[in-house]
Amino acid sequence: MHARADAADTAPSWPDDIFATLQRFDVRQVPYVPDAGHSRLIQRVLASSTMRGIALTTEEEGVALLAGAWAGGQRGVLLMQSSGVGNCINMLSLIPILRFPFLTLVTMRGEWGEFNPWQVPMGSTTQGVFELSGVKVLRASHAAEVPAVLEAAAGQAYNALTPTAVLLSQRLIGAKVFTK
Amino acid sequence: MSKANLLDRRQVVSTLLANRKDVVAIGGLGASTNDMCAAGDHARNFYLWGGMGGAAMIGLGLALAQPKLPVLVITGDGEMLMGMGSLATIGLQKPANLSIAVLDNEAYGETGGQTSHTSAAADLVGIAKACGINDSRAVTTMADVEAFAKAVHDVSAGPRFANVKIDSANLERILPTRDGTYIVNRIRADLGFQPI
Repeated sequence: MHARADAADTAPSWPDDIFATLQRFDVRQVPYVPDAGHSRLIQRVLASSTMRGIALTTEEEGVALLAGAWAGGQRGVLLMQSSGVGNCINMLSLIPILRFPFLTLVTMRGEWGEFNPWQVPMGSTTQGVFELSGVKVLRASHAAEVPAVLEAAAGQAYNALTPTAVLLSQRLIGAKVFTK
Repeated sequence: MSKANLLDRRQVVSTLLANRKDVVAIGGLGASTNDMCAAGDHARNFYLWGGMGGAAMIGLGLALAQPKLPVLVITGDGEMLMGMGSLATIGLQKPANLSIAVLDNEAYGETGGQTSHTSAAADLVGIAKACGINDSRAVTTMADVEAFAKAVHDVSAGPRFANVKIDSANLERILPTRDGTYIVNRIRADLGFQPI
């Protein structure tokens, strides 16, 4: 699929691809801080009978929640946008210490036709923050590659306990447009 | 300085865990996790040595994964203040099997006893209640502690919250294991889960 088909005013199917993969991997707890890029996936999660969407006040709550979920026998995935990654930093230390499966899907800002300069600093350091914190980073920039990237990410996170972040690029999501 | 009308933290925690049966207990970073160990090591003790502010959320994840098991978070006022937003998250999810007990000495005991926000301004019971945790109690007597310990086992009426005023005595440290992977895998094994 051409990237242009993924503009915000169309209904892209890649969030449904993500949902299907998460369902297949028996993901049960889905903590999130809302983001426009995740809105379709959040809708699917909240309508699901097997997944529980859990609205957070700040993203670090989601890291701790996933540790508890794993201790109780469930897998989860954390949904957030790039600015939320900075909010997680100290809590990411739980991942190597407790060794639970960690998968996060991050919608990117500040990297592709960004309008808001305030999004650029954290968007620019998102990948570095993860890598410094021991989280592997995979990226999807086009709708057609989302299923394969998700499959790889979920596979290594849940089967090999390799902490993994998938960056859903701003090119994929479509830059947010502000109109007066 | 200790005041006569404040409770002893070790006595509070050992009362909370005395008849624990199938309770999974999470101990927040600081003296709370030591208190839990002092009450007796247990396969279902989740000791935290870091991740400050995360204890209540670990409790929520566990409670949602195991809705028939009572889950009890025991933490300090400083740790709870750092994760205050999680009270709003818990108030929204309303896990009926989750209980939170805060050992409130109004101070950061591990770092030199600096006063915390609960000493003069922050009312954690009011905050928990305002976040939708309707059963939020200010605990000042051992009878209140015993009542709360009993309520923990009712997995249909939570979430519940108790702020327990304790004295600020610095007690001998009873240190639990620091091996996080061991701690988690021991809980998982006790709940019947296999290693990956």
